[in-house]
Amino acid sequence: MEYFCQQLINGLALGSIYGLIAIGYTMVYGIVGMINFAHGDIFMVGAFIALIAFLGLVAIGVTAIPLALFLVLLIAMAISALYGQVVERIAYRPLRHSFRLAPLISAIGMSIILQNYVQVAQGARVKPLPPLIQGGYTLLESESFPVQVSNVQIIIVVTTVVLMAIFSWLVANTRLGRDMRACEQDLKMAALVGVDTDRTISLTFVVGAALAAVAGLMYLLYYGVIDFFIGFVAGVKAFTAAVLGGIGSLPGAMLGGLLIGLIETFWSAYFSIEYKDVAAFSVLVIVLIFLPTGILGRPEIEKV
Amino acid sequence: MSQALEIPSRPAIDLFGALKSGALAAIVAFGLFSLLIGVRTDQGPTGALQIEPRLIALGVICAVAFVGGFARALLAGERLDFASYVPEQIKVAAAQVGRYFGLALLAFALIEPVIFYNNRYILDLGILVLTYVMLGWGLNIVVGLAGLLDLGYVAFYAVGAYSYALLATSFGWSFWICLPIAGFLAACWGVMLGFPVLRLRGDYLAIVTLAFGEIIRLVLLNWQSLTGGPNGVSGIPRPSFFGIPFADEENGFAATFGLEYSPTHRVVFLYYLILALALVTNWVTLRLRRLPIGRAWEALREDEIACRSLGINTTTTKLTAFAMGAMFGGIAGSFFATRQGFISPESFTFSESALVLAIVVLGGMGSQLGVAVAAFAMLGAFELFREFSQYRMLVFGLAMVLIMIWRPRGLVATRTPSVFLGKFKEVPAEAVAEARQ
Amino acid sequence: MSASADPILNVEHLSMHFGGLIAVDDLSFAAQRGHITALIGPNGAGKTTVFNCITGFYHPSVGMIRLAHADGTTYLLERLLDFRIAKLARVARTFQNIRLFAGMTVLENLLVAQHNPLMRASGLTVLGLLGLSVYRHAESAAIDKAKFWLDRVGLIRRADDPAGDLPYGEQRRVEIARAMCTDPVLLCLDEPAAGLNPRESAELNELLLGMRAEHKTSILLIEHDMSVVMGISDRVVVLDYGVKIFDGTAADVRNDPKVIAAYLGVEDEEVEQVEAEVGL
Repeated sequence: MEYFCQQLINGLALGSIYGLIAIGYTMVYGIVGMINFAHGDIFMVGAFIALIAFLGLVAIGVTAIPLALFLVLLIAMAISALYGQVVERIAYRPLRHSFRLAPLISAIGMSIILQNYVQVAQGARVKPLPPLIQGGYTLLESESFPVQVSNVQIIIVVTTVVLMAIFSWLVANTRLGRDMRACEQDLKMAALVGVDTDRTISLTFVVGAALAAVAGLMYLLYYGVIDFFIGFVAGVKAFTAAVLGGIGSLPGAMLGGLLIGLIETFWSAYFSIEYKDVAAFSVLVIVLIFLPTGILGRPEIEKV
Repeated sequence: MSQALEIPSRPAIDLFGALKSGALAAIVAFGLFSLLIGVRTDQGPTGALQIEPRLIALGVICAVAFVGGFARALLAGERLDFASYVPEQIKVAAAQVGRYFGLALLAFALIEPVIFYNNRYILDLGILVLTYVMLGWGLNIVVGLAGLLDLGYVAFYAVGAYSYALLATSFGWSFWICLPIAGFLAACWGVMLGFPVLRLRGDYLAIVTLAFGEIIRLVLLNWQSLTGGPNGVSGIPRPSFFGIPFADEENGFAATFGLEYSPTHRVVFLYYLILALALVTNWVTLRLRRLPIGRAWEALREDEIACRSLGINTTTTKLTAFAMGAMFGGIAGSFFATRQGFISPESFTFSESALVLAIVVLGGMGSQLGVAVAAFAMLGAFELFREFSQYRMLVFGLAMVLIMIWRPRGLVATRTPSVFLGKFKEVPAEAVAEARQ
Repeated sequence: MSASADPILNVEHLSMHFGGLIAVDDLSFAAQRGHITALIGPNGAGKTTVFNCITGFYHPSVGMIRLAHADGTTYLLERLLDFRIAKLARVARTFQNIRLFAGMTVLENLLVAQHNPLMRASGLTVLGLLGLSVYRHAESAAIDKAKFWLDRVGLIRRADDPAGDLPYGEQRRVEIARAMCTDPVLLCLDEPAAGLNPRESAELNELLLGMRAEHKTSILLIEHDMSVVMGISDRVVVLDYGVKIFDGTAADVRNDPKVIAAYLGVEDEEVEQVEAEVGL
């Protein structure tokens, strides 16, 4: 029982990270109808930027951890947002009216570029970081297995909740959010009624990238080690989360993320840790075959 | 007479605007690369990360960005149409040559081992290129003809390789028996993997096939008892010349044919073997294109609903495409296993699927010749960059993006109809649908 | 018109719901063999939905659709998959937004239509792969049939052109020719005259009348162009908001008050009266 509770907590923390990445996938797919294959690698870039920014801040003397982390968060979000914008401009916008396969290949190419760029720039070895946030709370005292929640996990979940709240407010109440929803429904019509679709699409990528950067920082704090390849697997899992929750739905992305985090954690804990990625990929296959609209998605009827 | 018509003068070169563009590009570059390139992290002696500034690299990149932005802004007014600089006669001559290009390439492929007999490196490169040509032709059936986005093609390559390896090492059967069995098993996998994804389209199909490819790789990696896990399968028997081994023995190939023994014999045999396999793939594909199944594949790519309204069972059509593509992938995998003598899951990553897909898309339009040229170009380029192995993949990714922006439909500009009444007319690229479904 | 009723298509109590939206509400009608039956009504009346139910692209919520061949075999279309309806029941259709294989030539389009007999002749591809003559003969017979239909629609000289290159009116004719290459007993045409000028509409009328006379094909068509509907229909069924409001001859339909109300509306003073008549 205690073991179960612990895994539950772990799963929710991991799921929050996936949820943040999934939001980027779901927003982009909702608006431009393409899977941004490079999104997972933006997450990886965000993690690296967070790492380097942190080391840099420490080097110039900012040693107070909360302040440093806050600055790192801002820097990582800003620079990742820039990456998101540049990737969209270079690799996707020229192909927006082209054929279906072209942006997909371009995205795969972009993913390869990002992975290898980081590999060349920073080396192929893993990058470790000593745990910055220590300690936690024991929720359940027990002889066999105390249930603990660490401070990192609390920070992850709280940050995620806050960001989700801000973002939901943004989508529901601001002009940008309204433009996004309009573009998602009907891109051509939105353009015709005066929405700047190019800018809206760019901003969608930008916001998605910023959230992925937060996820990257969280990942860095949680696991303490990153390398240039974490984007690939995390990307597929986050996309699975987006589909599971219902593509195009923001709460769906978060819900899907939590579910995938829980599935992965419980699978590792109770069955086999080597096959945990297989479990996540299998969920993707199963969801797309049996429930392609996801849990919170809207069913699509095709006009014949 | 021409007083009424005023020819507008060219706008003056906007130097200041170009400078602004350059500056903007440099600033963006700085933002992007300041941390990742400007700072280098490495593990120090204690194991903790240490950082070092790399300002020169950063400066160079920003300078390049500045120049690039500047130049692009300057040239923005001009439409650089390189084609217009080529004189007409050369274009006509090029078109003529184009028709015989395929034959020329085939002739070259046939005599390549003879020319480069002493250059083991070139022979190996030839074998590598032909393997990817065959893979490209196999995937071409699925992606190019039927329009099904398959990002997990490496799975069939792996199934073929492992089937062959396990059959050969466990039962000791000869290459010629194991090869068709491996192909058949791969085809079965093709049907199994194709069956659940029939209703999916476009990007969804792509990512599910990618997931399948990864699942298979992970299973191969972890199922130690069957596949040997990360150690793979070794000691795979090499092929023989229809029973005569390529060994330095009395009944070996060299002795039987009165030649002096040389390890090159086996390599040359392998070369002609893969060439033959690839040519069979090509021949089968070309014939199938003119049979109802091939036309159904292409019609499926164009409009699935119209196909169904004509009574075509799109389920079996899709499954046949998967099965055929998988079979050829599996046969190529078997060849790979026997050529290497050793296989491990490392050879079957997603990058392989991406590479083969890039070859098919670059070739364009389901064109066989295009795929062959694309394979040759991509792998040739890979080899050229061998020294810069770190940058190789980076350049590959860059090439993928640039090619999509420049020529999204691939090298070949037209589609060849499979049957015609009177005049033979090529279908222009823009008309052909691709992988919309 | 024959005195005895010989319906080829019997639609009984067909309803189609999309969630809360009722697109077709308890529709029943019959199309006689060898007749041209027109399905008309204002936009949004549910006509294409009915077609999609008949041809298997939608699964009807309620109802029965029975197709009877001349030799007596009947098919329950509401239970068959779309391609089986085309293949077994031999119902062909065209689409409101033309669905040609744009990247293939016109001739290839018509050969794809003959996929099933050609597949049989090629022995599920195996015999064809081996180059046996049985397939070659079948293919040239198929090409001849394609040539015949292209000739009938007047497009033989465009046989090798990419289908996507043809002007709109010609694409519509290719679609009809392609549908006829499947040797259907019932041909469903979704707005075949859309975008055609009066001369082309008249040619279409001739084509359809000829098909009925020579090939005994029964035709069910959705149309807005009244010159086509009045010119060739043996029977007219009018839909409005998914409900059948008229089922009779072309001559009677133009005077029916409900039909007029549906298309043109009524004077303000008459609204209540018409509503009562129509049954709202």
